[in-house]
Amino acid sequence: MLKVLLVGASSAIAEATARCYAARGASLHLLGRDGERLAMMARDLEIRGAAAVTSTLLDVAQPFDADALIASAHAALNGIDIALFAHGVLPDQNTCEHSVAQLRLTFEINTLSTLALLTPLASLMQSHGHGTLAVLSSVAGDRGRQSNYVYGASKAALDAFLSGLRNRLAQHGVQVLTIKPGLVMTPMTAHLKHGPLWATPDTIATGIVRAIDTRRDVVYLPSFWRVIMLVIRGIPERWFKHLNL
Amino acid sequence: MHSSGWGRYPTSQTTMHTPATSQALARMLTEVAEPMIPRGMGRSYGDASLAPHTLAMTRFDHFIDFDTERGTIECGAGITLAAILQLSVAQGWFIAVLPGTGLVSLGGAIAADVHGKNHHRDGSFSAYVDELTLMLADSSQLRCSPHIHSALFHATVGGMGLTGVIVSARLRLRAITSAYIEETVVASRDLAGTMALLEEHQDSHYGVAWLDVNQPGSGRGRGLVMLGEHASAGGWFNPARHALTVPIDLPPGLFSRPVTRVCNALYFQRGARQPARRHVYYTHYFFPLDGLRDWNRLYGKAGFMQHQCVIPTAAAPSALNEILRSVAASGLVAPLAVLKGLGAANDNLLSFAQAGLTLTMDFALRPATLTLFARLDDIVLAHGGRLYLAKDACMAQATFQRGYPQWQKFQEIRAEYGALGRFASAQSQRLGL
Repeated sequence: MLKVLLVGASSAIAEATARCYAARGASLHLLGRDGERLAMMARDLEIRGAAAVTSTLLDVAQPFDADALIASAHAALNGIDIALFAHGVLPDQNTCEHSVAQLRLTFEINTLSTLALLTPLASLMQSHGHGTLAVLSSVAGDRGRQSNYVYGASKAALDAFLSGLRNRLAQHGVQVLTIKPGLVMTPMTAHLKHGPLWATPDTIATGIVRAIDTRRDVVYLPSFWRVIMLVIRGIPERWFKHLNL
Repeated sequence: MHSSGWGRYPTSQTTMHTPATSQALARMLTEVAEPMIPRGMGRSYGDASLAPHTLAMTRFDHFIDFDTERGTIECGAGITLAAILQLSVAQGWFIAVLPGTGLVSLGGAIAADVHGKNHHRDGSFSAYVDELTLMLADSSQLRCSPHIHSALFHATVGGMGLTGVIVSARLRLRAITSAYIEETVVASRDLAGTMALLEEHQDSHYGVAWLDVNQPGSGRGRGLVMLGEHASAGGWFNPARHALTVPIDLPPGLFSRPVTRVCNALYFQRGARQPARRHVYYTHYFFPLDGLRDWNRLYGKAGFMQHQCVIPTAAAPSALNEILRSVAASGLVAPLAVLKGLGAANDNLLSFAQAGLTLTMDFALRPATLTLFARLDDIVLAHGGRLYLAKDACMAQATFQRGYPQWQKFQEIRAEYGALGRFASAQSQRLGL
């Protein structure tokens, strides 16, 4: 039986992914900051077929003890096969340009909290010689653009960290998966105008589960974003800096 | 943001709130002073889910309890009927009343008190709602059922979200022995023939007629009557059908008169030639259009309107003939039209279904469409019928009040629970509610 840890469990993508694993009869441990939502989710996942669901409150914007959290998750699940990180904020770029506090908070939530939790998890999986670390990054991390480079930078830092971690853990049989979704219809992006490039959380969740099943390293979801980002990364900087992106 | 119903007409500016918990929902009701309307999947066609502030209930899409022994299921109001079936069918339980799409929310199905292809024998959706939890204007929650706070229950089911926000509900399910339907298709040559077939097959569990209203002359109103029974064999295997999506708004005018006539004729010929009996997965029988996501884009950016009325049985032949003649005279075409029989009405104040025949027609939005609808509404009223609120985008206040004589009682109950002015939609304001 699969044992799955979800960080930022009540995010739309995490919830959709959790439902896929529940249908496979997995055990799940949820970390999130809204107790009522976690309780709703836990009951829902059990009805959908999860063997057991437990949860712990966690607000990554506040200081927390990563070692203790991972130890208790490990105890609750009796082992961890998959850890999925799906929490994050999309800050207002304009605010970040004038508020150092907002900038720091973005990195605290999107980057540092993830790295903090990955550290004990990586050691754990290394010592057991198996497991999957799957982290939601973003296509925005591929290249900084004036419209959201603070968010992009917070995700780019994850990319570099994960690439190094993958290199370290490959020989120990641990999969490190960097997930780069494009535009997804979630509460985080509800204020933006949706168009034909937008995907649903269910589509992303299906892609995540497939990428974990097939032990991929880096995955763009939906996959056409790989092509779009290839083009965007390929534009020479001396032109790129003049574009209105 | 811009918001509209499934017909994409009319549109309005709205602030969309997407609460994920009942605490968050209560906070929004406290913080926003302007009128609000709850919304599920946005599948009502007209302006029933439009308001300056919309409470999107899509995140309340969770299961709360599933009693697989007794066959009852409790879910958040934002879950779709398709999602409930995906879980329940494999365990031998079916939703007793299904509309023509599975992509409606549970809350929406209750608020519109939807009916299915079996209304003549099973009644409407609300007959299977054991109880529901409603968040009232003061953000308190109340459980109501046909036995507890029954007046509020009978106003809320069919009440178009105007009494409060449906947070969750418990449904009684129907036991089935397979996920398949035995479908029988019978063709008819004209409107009288279609009506006679529906009448003749009243014993069938499910029945609906696809109608060709666009052929000139005597073939007008010919159709394919599609009857269904739950199959005892076939098991639970889901022959996964990959849904296609209409990716963009098609240019307007796709459904011109000649194109629509040819499409209808081809569909009729194909249906009439196919084997009369088929063994089909339940989604193929109940939700044929769900295989094409966002099909409302076929009508282009301007959108379309659906006219759905019910005419009492005795008046139905003359009313339906007059309606089809008016459609022909208008020069407009209805790419899709459906005729069904309905059984007796229930005790709910604004439920649509009543004994008679219900005719549904889709029309691309043109200036002439509104004129035609006004003409059709007159015919419906003159024959003692009424129009379906879930489809309506333009009926007059007087048309509503004559069709739904209990509207004043509905208003009294809303007043009693503080809902007046708190919950309102563009539709409710148009109709004087």
